[in-house]
Amino acid sequence: MLKFILRRTLLMIPQLILLSLIIFMLAKAMPGDAVTGAFMGNPDATPEQIEKIREKFGLNDPWYQQYGRWIGKAVKGDFGQSYTHQQPVTTLIAGRVENTVLLSLFTAIMIYLMAIPLGIIAGRWTDTWADKMIVTYNYFAFATPLFVFALLMLFLFSFVLGWFPIGGTVDIRIETGTWDYVVSRAKHLFLPVMSAALIGTYATIQYLRNDIIDQKIKDYVKTARAKGVPEGKVYTRHILRNSLLPIAAFLGYEITGLIGGSIFIESIFSYQGLGQLFLQSINLRDFTVVTALVMIFGTATIVGTLLSDIILSIVDPRIRIE
Amino acid sequence: MKNPVLDEKQLIAQEKLNNPSFMRTIWREIKHDKMALGSLILLIIILSTAYLSPLFIDNAALTRVNFLNTWKPPSATNWLGTDDGGRDVFGQLMLGARNSFTIGIAVTVLAGLIGLTYGLISGFYGGAIDNVMMRILEFLMVLPTLMFIIVFVTIVPNYNVFTFILIMSAFYWFGKARLIRSRALQERELDYINASKTLGTPSWKIMFFEMFPNLSSLVIVNMTLSLAGNIGIETGLTFLGFGLPAGTPSLGTLISFARNPDIVQNKWWVWLPAALLILVMMLCINYVGQAVKRASDARQRLA
Repeated sequence: MLKFILRRTLLMIPQLILLSLIIFMLAKAMPGDAVTGAFMGNPDATPEQIEKIREKFGLNDPWYQQYGRWIGKAVKGDFGQSYTHQQPVTTLIAGRVENTVLLSLFTAIMIYLMAIPLGIIAGRWTDTWADKMIVTYNYFAFATPLFVFALLMLFLFSFVLGWFPIGGTVDIRIETGTWDYVVSRAKHLFLPVMSAALIGTYATIQYLRNDIIDQKIKDYVKTARAKGVPEGKVYTRHILRNSLLPIAAFLGYEITGLIGGSIFIESIFSYQGLGQLFLQSINLRDFTVVTALVMIFGTATIVGTLLSDIILSIVDPRIRIE
Repeated sequence: MKNPVLDEKQLIAQEKLNNPSFMRTIWREIKHDKMALGSLILLIIILSTAYLSPLFIDNAALTRVNFLNTWKPPSATNWLGTDDGGRDVFGQLMLGARNSFTIGIAVTVLAGLIGLTYGLISGFYGGAIDNVMMRILEFLMVLPTLMFIIVFVTIVPNYNVFTFILIMSAFYWFGKARLIRSRALQERELDYINASKTLGTPSWKIMFFEMFPNLSSLVIVNMTLSLAGNIGIETGLTFLGFGLPAGTPSLGTLISFARNPDIVQNKWWVWLPAALLILVMMLCINYVGQAVKRASDARQRLA
């Protein structure tokens, strides 16, 4: 067990190094560097002076030395300076990270809150009208592109019905720390979270339904029934214990999907998170921010996958291949 | 008197008649499922309207800017009104549907080819080669794909439709490769592959002319289902402004008007039809795709 976790964690290290190398190469391919950023539009800086500064910062060194310096700083959380915002990238990201974490967290919670009961109902009462409705809903969830759905939700609930604010993170007129602030936050969060969650249920429902249908005819369930276990308990005590465990493990994989989705959701609901910061920075050609964000999101995906693999191996020992 | 023993060629022909082709099975499955049949017909209507529309709509008029005619609501002359440059939205919708579908097909085919080749090689050789190729694939699969595509789209020089197709294909073959590889691993243990190897057939010939035909139904199913996904991703990227270049409008271009709150509310005719058209196309393609999937697996068939 411990051996598997250790081996799996060690496997993450080359992945992280490779990711940082690719991102470093991309950053080199992007136009402009730290110096062009800092001295952009400064008429007092002559090309000779800039060249001197480049030399001083080591921007003319061989790439592996530059990479070593960059990664050394990045590990300590220093991603350089953003030239459009004129502040350290780390400060900029720290101010936004909370919003994205909140959005993803609530989306994940909503997905599980909706998907688990629906999956169980569909699996337990197969081919009833409830099952058919859930399967139809799930088919829509699978086929609908996230950005189209989010846009239609925004149009319907914010513009036509006017139930929710049309975007943003919080009402700027409200003071932080008050109860009204929390309510306003919740109101701004509700629609983005629901848009992402209603569509995100697909994999969980599908998995749960199929797994329960498979488990239903297994011998241990027949034994339980033969012993006279009430039907409700057959599900809660026997089938669901087996079917729900892998669902817990998918949490890590879910992170990957939520990261991709946050770019669309945050852009459509003008929600001040990392996804929106990424799009703004790339439009402003602020590549120090872009590099840092890709690195952070990439690391989050790798760690999420690691988490899932480990949980899955605890839950299902068959996966622990040597 | 007729020869009681059919010769070999006739036997094979007889066998082929008894054993319906995959295409015939798909058709039977679709005919049996009313929703799938309806989806297919609706899809054909949408696509033929889109692809045949240049016969009725003057393309030059579509791109001509007319400032006297901007933001007109739907009317008899402009069925879906006009946009910020006074261009007909209905015409742009057809043009967009055409571009989005064509690019969706191109990406699906290209990504399918890359995934197929990678998966076949990995699965056919197995062992150490498979191990290395799978580690690489595992790494590629944990990359934040969408962000990488956006970065590539921004930094690639001479960005145009073809580079966009290449960039998208480069990031959407991972799942296919893994799928093909797992089936190829099973296939390589079978006798016909061993027989071919013994006879000295070159490996590439075994992979593409002997193994591949046996995996073709899997490939067709996967391509049908990923076609819808690819159209969704392309329109999504174009919506964000990182998809098709400005000269090639897609359905996402029309929807991207909706990034302005005033247009979302008061000029709905510009973006709403495109959003609904994407939705309808996705649902139809997926429904047909589900029928194709059932046809490929005898246990799931309805017909």
